[in-house]
Parts: sequence; C-alpha cells; structure tokens
Amino acid sequence: MDAVFLARMQFAANITFHILFPSISIALGWVLLFFRLKHLRATDPQQKLDWLRAYRLWTKVFALTFALGVVSGVTMSFQFGTNWPGYMERVGNIAGPLLSYEVLTAFFLEAGFLGVMLFGHRRVGEMVHLGATFLVAFGTLMSAFWILALNSWMQTPAGYEIVNGQFHARSWLEIIFNPSFPYRLVHMMLASALTCAFLLIGISAWQLLKGVATDSASRVLRTGLVFAALAAPAQMMAGDLHGLNTLKHQPQKIAAMEGIWETTRGAPLLLFAIPDDAARTNHFEVAVPKLASLILRHDADGELKGLNEFPSAHPPVFAVFWCFRIMVGMGILMLLVSWVGLWRHWRDGWDFSRMPRPMLWLFAGMTFAGWVATIAGWYVTEIGRQPFIVSGLIRTADVASRVPSSSIAVTFAIYVAVYLALLAAYVGVLKYMAETADKKPYANVKVSPAGEPQQYQRRGEFA
Amino acid sequence: MTSMSFDELLPLIFIGLMGVSLLVYVVSDGYDLGVGMLMHRATPEERDTMVASIGPFWDANETWLVLGVGLLLVAFPKAHGLVLSELYLPTALMLVGLILRGAAFDFRVKAKAGRKAMWDRLFIAGSMLASVCQGWMLGRYISGFGEGWNYPVFAGAIAVALPMAYALLGATWLVMKTDGPLQDKAVEWSKIAWPPMVLGLILISMATPWISETVRERWFTLPAMIAVASIPVTAGIALVTVRVLLGSLAVRGGLCWLPFALLVLVFFLSFLGLSYSIYPFVVIDKLTVWEAASSPDSLKVILIGVCVTLPVIVAYTAFSYRVFRGKTIKLDYA
Repeated sequence: MDAVFLARMQFAANITFHILFPSISIALGWVLLFFRLKHLRATDPQQKLDWLRAYRLWTKVFALTFALGVVSGVTMSFQFGTNWPGYMERVGNIAGPLLSYEVLTAFFLEAGFLGVMLFGHRRVGEMVHLGATFLVAFGTLMSAFWILALNSWMQTPAGYEIVNGQFHARSWLEIIFNPSFPYRLVHMMLASALTCAFLLIGISAWQLLKGVATDSASRVLRTGLVFAALAAPAQMMAGDLHGLNTLKHQPQKIAAMEGIWETTRGAPLLLFAIPDDAARTNHFEVAVPKLASLILRHDADGELKGLNEFPSAHPPVFAVFWCFRIMVGMGILMLLVSWVGLWRHWRDGWDFSRMPRPMLWLFAGMTFAGWVATIAGWYVTEIGRQPFIVSGLIRTADVASRVPSSSIAVTFAIYVAVYLALLAAYVGVLKYMAETADKKPYANVKVSPAGEPQQYQRRGEFA
Repeated sequence: MTSMSFDELLPLIFIGLMGVSLLVYVVSDGYDLGVGMLMHRATPEERDTMVASIGPFWDANETWLVLGVGLLLVAFPKAHGLVLSELYLPTALMLVGLILRGAAFDFRVKAKAGRKAMWDRLFIAGSMLASVCQGWMLGRYISGFGEGWNYPVFAGAIAVALPMAYALLGATWLVMKTDGPLQDKAVEWSKIAWPPMVLGLILISMATPWISETVRERWFTLPAMIAVASIPVTAGIALVTVRVLLGSLAVRGGLCWLPFALLVLVFFLSFLGLSYSIYPFVVIDKLTVWEAASSPDSLKVILIGVCVTLPVIVAYTAFSYRVFRGKTIKLDYA
C-alpha cells in the first residue's frame, strides 16, 4: 500500500482515538464544578452526601478520561511532524504559533492544576480547590479553542499570504477567527456537552438497572437528562448554521454530504442512497423532493452545486454521505430520548424507581451515543476537506511523509492494537466503577452542614 | 563576534527555549520514568506509595516533551523533519511506551483488584520501553546519525545508560519523598544505578569529540579548555558527592533531598556541555540553527506567548510542588 494512504490511516486512527476523550472531558470538567458547587451549597446532609458521591465517582471518570486524552494527544503532537512533514514546512508559520499557544495556555494549565484538583483537597482550602477545578475545566476549553482555530483555518483559510510557496501570517485575528471557526467551536462544545450528558445518563441508568444505585445516581441521571434536553436542540440549530457556513465556503463538501452530482435547482433530500464514486452517480435513492434546497437555501427551488463542478477537487462521496447521515440520525435520536426521558421522569413525579425498565435499558444503550455522533461528524468535516490538507491550497498527498511504507504499516498496526485494547479496558473499567461506586464504605464519611474539611479525612483507595 | 540583529538572534533564543524544555522534560519525566522502572523491585504496598509520590506531577512533566518537540516542529521544521524521519521507529515505540504507562497509571487503581498486577506490569514495561527508546534516540542524535558498526553499538550503550540515569534519578526522588523501609530500598537502588549512569555519562562526553572534528577542537584547545573543563569537573564532584551521601546516614535524615538536587545539577551541566559541543548546529555538522529556523515573524508571535505564559507556568508548577511537598502520603480523590 502506498505511504500516503497508510500515513492517512495512521493519523486518522490516532485522532479518532484521541477525540473520544476530550469530547467527554471538555464538558465533564464543568459538570464536576457543578457537582462540587451543589455539594457545597446543599443544606440537607443527605443531599450533601449525594452530590459528594457523584463528584467522587465522576472525578475518577475524569481522571481516567483525561489521562487517555493526554497520552493520545502526546502521540498526535509527534504525528503532525512524522506523518505530514511538508505541512509544517509550508504552513508552519501559521500552524506553529497556534499549536504553541495551545501548549502554553492550555496543556500546562490543565496538567498543572489537575494534581491539585484530583488529590489536593485535603492540602488546600475549599476556594483554592474550586479554583483548581475551574482552571482545569478552563484549560480544556482553551485547548479546544486553539486546536479548532487551526483546524478551521485548514478548512477555511484566511488572513495569510504566500511568499515563495511558504505561507506567512498577514492578520492573526483573521487567521484565528476564520470564517468557519465560530461555528466549529460551538458545534464541538455542544457535541462535548451531549457526549458527556449521555455518559452521565447511561452510567446512572446502568447503576439503577443493576440495583447498585443510590440517590446520588438519580441526581446524576436527572442532571444528564436536563443537560441533554437543552444541548440537543441547541446542537441542531448550531449544526444547521454550520452547514450553511460550509455551503458558502466549501460547497463541494455539502455536495458530497447530500450526494448531489449535478448542479440542481430544487434538490431532493436523500434519505437513502449508495453513492458510487466510480460511476459518478447514486444507486437505490430514496428521496424527499426539494427538501435539501429548502434546508440549505431556505427556498424549495434554490440551486445547489453538484460534485461535477469540482473535477478532481471534491472529497470521496460514500464516506462523507453516510457519516453525515449517522451523525444527524444520532442527533435526532439523542433529542428524542432526552425529551421523552425527561417528560416520563416528570410524569413519574421525579422518581426513577417508577421509570420503566425498557426506558432505563434505552438510556444505558445510549451511553456512548455521543461518541458515535462526534466521530461521524469529524469524519464528515475531515474527509470532506480532502483531497486537500489546507482547503483549495495544499493537497494532502503533496505533504506526506517520506518514511518507507513498511515502517508506517508496522507502527500503524501497533497503534491500532494498543488503542483497541485501551478502549476495551476503558469501557470495562467505567462499567466496573459504576457497579462498585456506592459499595465502597462510606460509613466513616462524616457530613457536616458547613462542609468542614473533616469530611475528607477518609483514607480510601488512592491515585 | 559581531553584533547580531534581533532576527538573527531569534533562532538562538528558540534553540535555547527548546533545549530548556527538553532538559526540564528529561529531569522531570526522568524521575517519574525511573520510579516506574524501579517498581518491579517493590512490594504491592510500596508500589502504591511510589505511584503516589509521582501522581500529582507526571502529567505536567510530560507536557514539557510536547513543548520541546512542539518548539522543534514550529521553530525548526527542517530539523524536525530530518530528526524524526531518522528516528521514526524508536519515536513510535517510545510513544507506545508512554501511552501504556500513562494509561496503566490510572487503570491500576480503578480496574478490578485482580487486574492490578497486570496494569503494574504494563506500567513498568511502558516506563522501560520509553526510557530505552529515549536513550537510543539520544545516542543516535548526538552521534549525528552516523553509519557503520560502531554507531549502533554506541546508541545501544546509551539506550542502557539513560534508563539507568532515570532509575538513579527516580531512586533519589524516592529517598527524598519517602521514609522507612522503602527509603532504605531506594538508597540501595541508587547505589546500584550509580556506576552505569556515570559510565554512560563518560561515554557521551567522549563520543561527540570523537565523531566531530569541530567539537574536538572546541573542547581541547587552550585556553578555552581550562574554562570549559569546569563543567565536567563540577559534574564529577557532584556525582562523587552523591555516592558518598548514599553511603552515609545523613541521606535518611535532613539531607534526603541533596542527592536528587545534585543529580539535577549533573543533568544541567551535561546539558550545558552538550550545547557547547553542538552549537551552532541543530544536527551535528549537518544543519545549523539559522538554516533550520522558520520565519522571524512567526517566531516573534510565539516568543510573545512564551514571555507571557512561561513565568505563570513556572509559578503554578512551583505551587503544585509546594502543595504536595514533604514525604508522600496516600492520595485520595476528594
């Protein structure tokens, strides 16, 4: 196999594995802050303990998630250079500062305060500890800000000039706030919110199903449902706006997402089709007339550009078309489940013991729904950028590594094996932690109304 | 030397920043990799304490590697391409080691109790793999990626010596951070790791002048020789002091921090010596700092960020070490 293909597969495997963890931790950091504040402000001792238990369990989830995000992120920082050396040689003047700012303002901030947040409570005051938790959550946000600025710049480059084939910065404001950046940032933040919300929902529902839940799990489940019910419709709106932005700046990506080969007025929305890249047509179409034009142009007879307008400069269609449908399908499912779940919960008088078991099984089954949607969405946007690495300006094949393909193949195989094993371990440990969270002895946890430090004197498992 | 313009000076500032980042990485991740490797000689309870001693820090330690490699990538893209293409496989293996280690670190206490031993083994194996790969990479780098039978042998020797240096650093870290029987063990481990570390240092010191004419002239020409001789002499004194301390009772009392501090000094001096040898090259005899540097404009933008953030990073790193100062106690999530 050729080196470019292997380099792409290896990089794709790594970023796919990596994004799983930030997509949880970006939002989970803020959720932890919320749990902590609820714990501190609760006056009822039982409530206080419930929120503390929630905080403890989910801090462990955060620690594990964060660690996996860090180690896969370190790998990524090397792979920018090893897989795409030509990329940095040509756009290093723009990508370099953005990546440096991410390390300087985000990575160090997160890593520096994570220790205090996880293990420092008995050594620092409540306010300092809250501050550390805030800074870790803020750090994950900053990290997303810088890396999405760079990613968006690759999609919709702005504020640059090219001198002798090298890119130079003309305006940093235009580079950072390039046309697709605000949309991508909001879309990703909401994706993280949904991913985290369904993790909260799924794991708490699992605890209820297994009969190991306490009131703490109910509180977390309710938090997750409310969080998801708010984030899901917001995400639909944000996604729609992002799509309109893509239509303006990367029409070939929209054409691939909708499977439109010829420029059409009143383009139909394809519910099902098998796009055929070789024959340049779709098979087995199931379509709703004029709906694509209506959604994208807000006009039933609006014109949408077809793929044939972009010869050898449009992305592979099948993957983009189907990943888009998976993402949207998961989005709709998440919206329905969160709304129906919340409505049912209200009907039950806010009592989960009356929630029907099939509903709880549905919740548990959707624990990782956010992962599926997030990854499908990233595939749409990243495969949708091909065959370019910087949209319309630099082709991916021109900047790939000159390392022999056998070396790439060997390391690719090792990475995939390690990632799959770690993913299995991660899911297994989440399940184990959920099932044992409330079995740990809490008898010696003294809850005082004022939240004095003595309640943290418990010596339990560590690290 | 004639006066340099600021634009000519920028690559030098950046090679300095990159060097310092990598030095901080080697020292800080060095001690925690060392602790990881030493775990195979410890009991399960001791392992918990050892992990607890590095728990709050390892994450930030690894960030210095990201910064160092990031600066290489950003400020010297040509050197980055050359170095990482040469070191493609050891880099990938080192990353696998770091992944296993970082993951095992968290999994070992969160997975079922029966699996803990397996995660411990992965933690130890990952620490070893990463250290050995880093040693090999250092050996290949400072010998200019030369071809011939002697070069791999040299890199192989460094691939053994660097893990020993890390083990010594880790053992003296434990001498400082623990007490009782574990501290006694750590003193013994330090004694075992001392000779190979010293041997490795001597090997590295002799290799660069042996390979490169420029380096040889720089070290062995009077009068500069007298001035720069202070580097190896000071390092030698520090190393001997470490060995003497390890044999004394003081190291179990108030001076428990001194061996670790002296070793940090040795690493710093080695870094100074290496920089003096290599300057002005990024890759010995192949690529100078100025040939490899990217445009001054983007370097200036990064420099502003560095000037603003680095003091803050240093401040909160110091804060974190202050919070977790003293002998290690069990870590609790709270």
